[in-house]
Amino acid sequence: MSSDNSAQLSRRQFITGAAAAVAGLTIAPGVFLLKPAEAAQNPDGPRWGLLIDTSKCADGCTACVRACHEENGVRSLGRPETDAQWIRKVNLTDRATGHQHSLPVMCQHCENPPCVDVCPTHASFIRPDGVVLVDKHTCIGCRYCMMACPYKARSFIHEALTDQKPHAPRGKGTVESCTLCVHRIDRGERTTACVEACNRDGHQAMTFGDLHDPDSEISQRLRNYGSTTIRADLRLNPAVRYQGI
Amino acid sequence: MTLKTHFREIEGRSARYVALLGGLLVLVALGVLAALMKGSQGHYITGMNNQVVWGLPHIFAILLIVAASGALNAASFSSVFGRVAYKPLARVSALLAMTLLIGGLVILVLDLGRPDRLVVAMTHYNFKSIFAWNIFLYTGFLAVVAVYLWFMMERRMNRYVPVAGYTAFVWRLILTTGTGSIFGFLVAREAYDAAILAPMFIAMSFSLGMAVFILVVLATFHGTGRPLGDLILRRMKNLLGIFVVGVLYFVLAYHLTNLYATRLHGIEAFVLVNGGIYTFLFWAVQIGIGSVLPLVLLFHPVWSQSRRVIAAASGLVLVGGFAQLYVIVIGGQAYPLEMFPGYDMSSSFFDGVVASYTPSLPELMLGVGGVGFALLLFVLALKFLPFLPASLSDEHVDPHADRSSTRTAAAGA
Ligand code: SF4
Ligand code: SF4
Ligand code: SF4
Repeated sequence: MSSDNSAQLSRRQFITGAAAAVAGLTIAPGVFLLKPAEAAQNPDGPRWGLLIDTSKCADGCTACVRACHEENGVRSLGRPETDAQWIRKVNLTDRATGHQHSLPVMCQHCENPPCVDVCPTHASFIRPDGVVLVDKHTCIGCRYCMMACPYKARSFIHEALTDQKPHAPRGKGTVESCTLCVHRIDRGERTTACVEACNRDGHQAMTFGDLHDPDSEISQRLRNYGSTTIRADLRLNPAVRYQGI
Repeated sequence: MTLKTHFREIEGRSARYVALLGGLLVLVALGVLAALMKGSQGHYITGMNNQVVWGLPHIFAILLIVAASGALNAASFSSVFGRVAYKPLARVSALLAMTLLIGGLVILVLDLGRPDRLVVAMTHYNFKSIFAWNIFLYTGFLAVVAVYLWFMMERRMNRYVPVAGYTAFVWRLILTTGTGSIFGFLVAREAYDAAILAPMFIAMSFSLGMAVFILVVLATFHGTGRPLGDLILRRMKNLLGIFVVGVLYFVLAYHLTNLYATRLHGIEAFVLVNGGIYTFLFWAVQIGIGSVLPLVLLFHPVWSQSRRVIAAASGLVLVGGFAQLYVIVIGGQAYPLEMFPGYDMSSSFFDGVVASYTPSLPELMLGVGGVGFALLLFVLALKFLPFLPASLSDEHVDPHADRSSTRTAAAGA
């Protein structure tokens, strides 16, 4: 079964620390290693992902959060416990050393997404390019996906919304999360609102790109420097990877 | 010699019956009102939020669904395990199982963000989802028990009763496993990542179902003035006690296995020691007044003779079950997700802190509305079809069955 397969592979990445070329390893290691030049036209198509270098992520900066919520029309309604958040800044303090740093967390676009597994209606789905989305027409608002997501990536819409962006339909009684700016991907753009904002502010902490393309910036960075995923033990192989945790 | 059991509809014209119907209708109306409020305002009017996504309605619903499967106990004992003493109660038992399940399902559906999309849920199945499986298990259970009831009530079909009884019994075990698995499959949450949740739910179904059944039998026989002997009652209360011990056993096993795994020490400490309301509910309500106290009442040589005491013990078992589900469902969500082991975590999205949850009035209304609906269906059915035996006085209960039941009890049932 494919999930067993990728679980093994992600264990290998985990153990060797060779996180390079995530995508190639996941799907077809042999082909990938022998013919790197052709892999750009990977028969599996692209898999979009993000790389976040937490050493460059500035404490207190929320540029990515603001940009995402602006881009997708996510607004606070003054009720923090029920307000939607597609991306948030998480502050970490190492209990052993007291070292502090912070990093953005959004939907991790898992390759084996628990949210998709548990969704009774297939409203949670994963596209061939790895983007995990919620179909707002078939979501019944059961919130089982929120129970299942290990990253607390999803929000339930607790009240009626106005002024939505045409490219990001949202609605009371359904669940939503980071779309990896799928509207941009589908327009052919190769960046997301959060990455753009981070770069604009000069932090350069986030990289967006095709994990299946060995020549992409993200793949090269992943190959040359170590990286990890949050809760790698769950072997969900997220498309969002981190450096410096 | 056992006298033949006669089944008769209830009159349904007494002032008491009408008052009962009226009371239940009020509960149903409260539930409908809550559903309308949620539908128009959205879930922000409830205590649920993005941290605690399942709340009071889910506890009511799970309680009803789990008890539904257990309410079938009496029928199963008679058709599957050949305990003739329970035969006169088999019809009521099956009826109660159906109505409780319907009540629970109605709550679940009305708490959806989009209850209007029920049709979507019925037409788009993801077979990897335990939820989708449960839709089949629940509707299938209703169908199987309906057929079972029909076989029991239609003389020509009587000989198929054992087959239907077996099917229903196996089905209820799978159904409760499915309900427990809703949580058991959530690997990301420490409180739920345990295979033992499914058998624990089965044990809970036996005790909660028996508790509801005893209360309902006492109330219907008392309310209709039909004789109810001590023989059958004593047997049921003994079984209830054994089931309560069974649940305690699984609770113990669950916590001991969790305590063995260092990574689960956080959640264990949370439930057992420093979780505030959850620790209180666990020790004081679930264990204390929901398990230990009923056991004392049920097995006390003098007190347990009294029907009031038996009724009180049954009620306390339900209160304990409610607390247990509260700790599992709400406590399991309130405890923060451990995303970065070894780090303290904070954010504007309530990462790393115990999530707050205050049950709200609309949630309570929805919950009692579901209970009211289940009981309303039950009392209406009693009026229109002969579910209830005319008498369950001791001479109507097979005297020989007494011994077999003691044997069941001794074997740990
Ligand atoms: S991060 Fe959560 S919502 Fe996103 S794909 Fe993974 S499980 Fe699903
Ligand atoms: S809330 Fe919507 S997307 Fe999530 S599991 Fe339920 S139906 Fe699927
Ligand atoms: S990829 Fe787009 S939707 Fe996702 S967090 Fe970034 S800006 Fe928001």
